[in-house]
Amino acid sequence: MSEAMTNTASKTMLEIKGVNKTFGGLHALSDVNLQIVEGETHAIIGPNGAGKSTLLNCCIGKLIPDNGSVTFNGRNMIGMAPHDINHAGMVRVFQTPEIFPELSLLDNVMIPAFAKRDGTFKFNPFKSMANEKVIREEAMSTLAEFALDKFYDQHAGSISRGDKRRLELAMGLIQHPTLLLLDEPTAGMARHDTNQTIELLNSGKMGEMTKVIIEHDMHVVFSLADRISVLARGHIIATGTPEEIKNDPKVKEAYLGEEAVDE
Amino acid sequence: MMKNLIKSNTVIMLIFAAVVLTAPIWTAPIGANYPDLLQKFAIFGIFAVGYNILFGLTGYLSFGHAAFLGIGSYTAVWSFKLLTMNVVPAIILAVIVAGIFALLIGFLSLRRSGIYFSILTLAFAQMAYSLAYSVLTPITNGETGLQLEQQDPRVIDSMFGVVVKDGLPSTNLFGTLMSGYSGFYVAAAILIVAFYISLKIFRSPFGMKLLAIKSNQTRMKYTGFNTRPYLLTAFVISGMYAGLAGGLLASIDPLAGAERMQWTASGEVVLMTIMGGVGTLIGPLLGAVIIKYLENIFSALNKSELTEIFNYMPEWLQTIVVNVTNPFVGEGWHLTLGALFMLIVIFLPGGVMEGVDKIKGLFGFGKKKSTIEGEAK
Repeated sequence: MSEAMTNTASKTMLEIKGVNKTFGGLHALSDVNLQIVEGETHAIIGPNGAGKSTLLNCCIGKLIPDNGSVTFNGRNMIGMAPHDINHAGMVRVFQTPEIFPELSLLDNVMIPAFAKRDGTFKFNPFKSMANEKVIREEAMSTLAEFALDKFYDQHAGSISRGDKRRLELAMGLIQHPTLLLLDEPTAGMARHDTNQTIELLNSGKMGEMTKVIIEHDMHVVFSLADRISVLARGHIIATGTPEEIKNDPKVKEAYLGEEAVDE
Repeated sequence: MMKNLIKSNTVIMLIFAAVVLTAPIWTAPIGANYPDLLQKFAIFGIFAVGYNILFGLTGYLSFGHAAFLGIGSYTAVWSFKLLTMNVVPAIILAVIVAGIFALLIGFLSLRRSGIYFSILTLAFAQMAYSLAYSVLTPITNGETGLQLEQQDPRVIDSMFGVVVKDGLPSTNLFGTLMSGYSGFYVAAAILIVAFYISLKIFRSPFGMKLLAIKSNQTRMKYTGFNTRPYLLTAFVISGMYAGLAGGLLASIDPLAGAERMQWTASGEVVLMTIMGGVGTLIGPLLGAVIIKYLENIFSALNKSELTEIFNYMPEWLQTIVVNVTNPFVGEGWHLTLGALFMLIVIFLPGGVMEGVDKIKGLFGFGKKKSTIEGEAK
């Protein structure tokens, strides 16, 4: 785990202030305040329907909050298009693998690298894919980091679900994001795959990266998080270190109570 | 992938050029070696190859590309009337004007995707068709179609002192007349260039991004791509190809009518692309050749010819067979096309190219599809 929390001078990277979001009569988020500090891995936990995914979607431009502000490295993110938010350095990895199933694994990883190099739009029809050696090598080595290089030329749709999720992590990593948002990175994985993913997220470049993780699995949360925020019925009811959260009576009541028994 | 890199652009282009330029020879056995039909192969080949850049790479199904074909034809004929009988400015203008219209129609239509996009393009094309028939008569000459006249100004030609004394002037390429085989070779040369551009686009990062949009557009947005300009660029390029084909049609036969923009004409290029193989490099061209060839054969047949063909049968059987097959020929040849199209879509959804791949597979080579050529479905 990173040393970010011991350093009180750490700077706030993502600041969510007074965010509200309603769907019809449902208050999905009410007055959510959250600060993500540079270098930390911040887990957002909470029961189903607590508003975790809504919160993430408000950050990456999929949803626009009713009011409140989302500031990333001093820039207002509200109203920005998803592709511009990506270029600002905030990259999301989805819960259900969002990949390019008809393309090869290599192409899947080369495309985000093109985004990094070419920007939101570039018309280069007379460049040849065959000559993109720099990006191909970068993509191959990224695939290797996730042990996916053996089947680089297979269609991404044909690999296992666990491999697809790792592929998506590779697609996120190759963009060298400032902040990586992970939506349940281990959902639906077997224990072995889960541990492998924890290992990946805790080591190397991925380990140093500032991350926000939405997660159900307490084993994953306590293995990864420097700080935890608990979301229940659209409210942040507690934010703190894993120890603080474990002992927080409000959290126990809202969420951990049932889970603690399982653990 | 490495195997495909061996199939370098140069090798492909050399083979392609050789096959296209020798078409008058190898089409002789199937009775297709006359200039009119060969010109159609090349021109509709260009149309389909360009259409495939939109439909094959991005998956956006336009039902209005005939509008750009028609616009290209009108532009070319106006160029013949006002400027010169030389086809070079006519074709260049046809491409530019079709490109401008594609930019406008694409900008509006691409606000939606899927079926709504298709309907929007269809609506625009039908509007263009109706306008050409009605209020735009001064430009399009309505039902009669836009034709050349002896007293047309032809500013550039008259500057060079070209005087037309009797009859209508002929289109030419710096003096070479565009009729017959010379017309075919001009169209073939343009087809080779058009195919080369398509090949380059398919194998470029730009083409790869278009394929990725087809595969998962939402993902592309969150990956940092503004997908709208990519789609619009593909739309405009394919519109310009259609304009080029329309300009060529008018160059060989300087006449432009509104029926070229009708929805059936838009549908035809969709059929060509699907029949040949969507997203494959050569498939759409094959589709164009197959459809134009069948049209030529079946639409020329009539009842008396059928009777002659089935002459070897006993008379009662001959009567039955002739009566059953009669609706499929002549005016009704679209029935044959429809039946063939159904067979291909049901048994070879990837078009003729899928059939070619299957045959290759039977002989045990080249089975794996490559994404770099954009053959993914």
